[in-house]
Amino acid sequence: MPEQKQLTINGQKHAVDAPDDMPLLWVLRDIVGLTGTKFGCGIAQCGACTVHLDGRPVRSCLLPASAAVGRAVTTIEGIGATAVGARVQKAWLELEVVQCGYCQSGQIMSAVALLSATPRPDDSDINAAMAGNICRCGTYVRIREAIKRAAGSEA
Amino acid sequence: MIASRLSRRQLLKGSAAACVLLAFHWPERAGAKASKGSEFAPNAFIRIEPDGGTVLVMPQVEMGQGVYTSIALILAEELDADYARVVLEHAPASDKLYANPVFGLQATGNSNSIRAFWTPLRQAGATARALLVAAAARQWRVDPQTCSAARGEVVHASSGRKLAFGALASAARQLPPPANVPLKDPRNFVLIGRAQRRYDTPDKVVGKTTYGIDVMLPGLRFATIAASPVFGGKVKSVDDRAARAVPGVHKVIVADDLVAVVGDHMWAAKKGLDALTISWDPGPNAAVDSRAIWDDLRAASTKAGAVAHSEGDVAKAMQGAELHEAAYEMPFLAHATMEPMNCTVQLRKDSCELWLGTQVMSRVQGTVAKLTGLPPEKVTVHNHYLGGGFGRRLEPDMALKAVRVAQQLDGEPVKVVWTREEDIQHDYYRPAYRDTIAATLKNGRIDAWNYKITGSSVMARWLPPAFQKGIDPDAVDSAADNPYDIPHQHVEYVRAEPPAVPTGFWRGVGPNNNVFARESFIDELARAAGKDPVAFRRDMLGKTPRLRAALELVAEKSGWGQPLPARTGRGVAAQTAFASYIATVVEAEVTELGEVRLRRVTCAVDTGLAVSPDTVRAQLQGGLIFGLTAALYGEITIEGGRVKQSNFNDYRMLRIDQVPAIEVFVIDSSEPPGGIGETGATAAPPALRNAIYAATGVALRRLPVDRQALVRGAT
Repeated sequence: MPEQKQLTINGQKHAVDAPDDMPLLWVLRDIVGLTGTKFGCGIAQCGACTVHLDGRPVRSCLLPASAAVGRAVTTIEGIGATAVGARVQKAWLELEVVQCGYCQSGQIMSAVALLSATPRPDDSDINAAMAGNICRCGTYVRIREAIKRAAGSEA
Repeated sequence: MIASRLSRRQLLKGSAAACVLLAFHWPERAGAKASKGSEFAPNAFIRIEPDGGTVLVMPQVEMGQGVYTSIALILAEELDADYARVVLEHAPASDKLYANPVFGLQATGNSNSIRAFWTPLRQAGATARALLVAAAARQWRVDPQTCSAARGEVVHASSGRKLAFGALASAARQLPPPANVPLKDPRNFVLIGRAQRRYDTPDKVVGKTTYGIDVMLPGLRFATIAASPVFGGKVKSVDDRAARAVPGVHKVIVADDLVAVVGDHMWAAKKGLDALTISWDPGPNAAVDSRAIWDDLRAASTKAGAVAHSEGDVAKAMQGAELHEAAYEMPFLAHATMEPMNCTVQLRKDSCELWLGTQVMSRVQGTVAKLTGLPPEKVTVHNHYLGGGFGRRLEPDMALKAVRVAQQLDGEPVKVVWTREEDIQHDYYRPAYRDTIAATLKNGRIDAWNYKITGSSVMARWLPPAFQKGIDPDAVDSAADNPYDIPHQHVEYVRAEPPAVPTGFWRGVGPNNNVFARESFIDELARAAGKDPVAFRRDMLGKTPRLRAALELVAEKSGWGQPLPARTGRGVAAQTAFASYIATVVEAEVTELGEVRLRRVTCAVDTGLAVSPDTVRAQLQGGLIFGLTAALYGEITIEGGRVKQSNFNDYRMLRIDQVPAIEVFVIDSSEPPGGIGETGATAAPPALRNAIYAATGVALRRLPVDRQALVRGAT
């Protein structure tokens, strides 16, 4: 049965009526109305739905909303409020990474998580952190450059 | 006007739909919004509001290719608007106002947005500017020749007076539009060809952009669908007891060949759909499989085809000469746009509203009107940014299916979102093709070339008037117009439709097939002639100097000819598709186990005048990856009348850890702009295939790459 859950999303509390097994993705998109987080595959293969749970990247298409109760959910709409998030978004624009843009919410969330944990990532760090995010437009070359740009601009 | 005629000729060359090129009709004073108030809307593309806002209406859709930015740059250039402050609007559905002059309908495809609209947009901008200048001159009582415009203002330099466009809007709208306004000399461009920020990306990096799938409306319901998994099948019966018990499920809908579950949110709809027990009547296609489809295609390829091009005397030239022969095969492919198919519909008794991202606005309107019996003007299509198009959204099926769901609701809005599995299994697939080639050599060059394409005609279904005398102009694109100097050529096309499998346009369209077969075979012929692949090509590009220049540049930049480790090779491919001259080198290693590792990609492009040079680079970088993905992994197979693949686990995509450095060199050119969005998808597969050929000696003649054939010692 739907039960009310308290979720903290981008620092704001939301009371939502959602079944326990309902993935966070659909709670964000269809109930809370935060549509920046995208549906791509539903089986954690593409990374379009990536959000942060207590700062760590998760695929929200498989994560039950109940698992997010009591933890901080951050989405693309809120990540710019963090220093790393703002830097990544800026680098993304400076290098014109984006084409259709549909996967980029997830790409940016994965990149911010990488840089938060590893401020100076090398190519293999980038590969490990970003290989779960598919971009059909093929913006990978610029994603790699933009992550390095964002890392370099930290000083 | 010379510029105009040039671009028209450019349009015709290599353009898939060239034979349906319609006379360009100057759009009338713009749509419904134009007539109200005191805004100035001299044509369908430009609206200047009294408060100074400059709104540019986009006749082509933005699916990542950067065309909104390019169109805005062209309009703003000739209008002398302030590019940093223009506001862009999706066009409403209207062939009358926004038809693509090449297709004669409001469609975005074939990489022809800039080629098709280059001159009309410039004329629209220049005419609007002339009216604004005339209005200012009249107000100041000075000769318009003494006034100029820049960054959204008209300036009278000698007196230092200035008026913003907005302040001139209501005066300008009273003036008759002048004819034949001169266009800028390209040397005076301040926006076109310069580095400019993309218009659409700031919203995309903060999650603010609304794609079709993001539409929210008051009282919105959410639905997901299952169409018959076997093509052409129907619903026999549905047991929906378990589905109805799922919290949040409202309704189960059965409509002939599809079932939908409507709920409070996508999760309820999806759980509901999974809980249904559906019994399908598979219909006539239950036994169709890939093996039978390929048998049919191979048999069809032995028949005589319609002649697409013939010059010299192939039969005579081949007499007594050593004949080289090969056949190349291309698989069915799904599009797999990152944004799965979706459409939101509100169907009322006397009207229908649709929200989606589509490449064919007016076609969605027209087909929905037909389905509902409503007059087209009662069908409103709200277009959105597209989360990828690649040709998939040239079809209106997602709108029609959503309307069929809405027909069983009571007027409430419903967002119909396909699962990824539904998206991959109910696509319009890139046709499977078989190309047979026979050629002879003379003095180290190709002397005679006999080429036959066999495959589905997308054009015959999608734009029937374009299919004439057995020739699909897209299917023979880059085959009938061979860039190499070959004295004797004969090119045929055999239309062969697969049973059951719907076919559609896929990024790179006809040239993907023809450039792959041609460039693969040219490498084999170079080897037979004992020549280096770059030198062999260069010596036959006398009539195509722009391609020769690109080839020479890519050879230099890629380090062509420099030593490489064992089982590592460079492959080259050259093409003229979409009126862009592109040469590409892929460097790849093949492991002992047959695994292909990409090491480096280098590309040189002469696309004529590049409206946005960085977008040209970005489109090639991305397009090359799109093509490499298909070459390495892409294949849709059919079993029991249904598609076997279902999601990214079994329909694989290239990921960042597999992608090497990709360098793109844009050659400066003042030729009219060429097309660019699809070119990389065409370029990469033959270059990769030739790199594998160089690395291993294995002449692959089929895509995707067969790893088993590349295991050391396998051949």
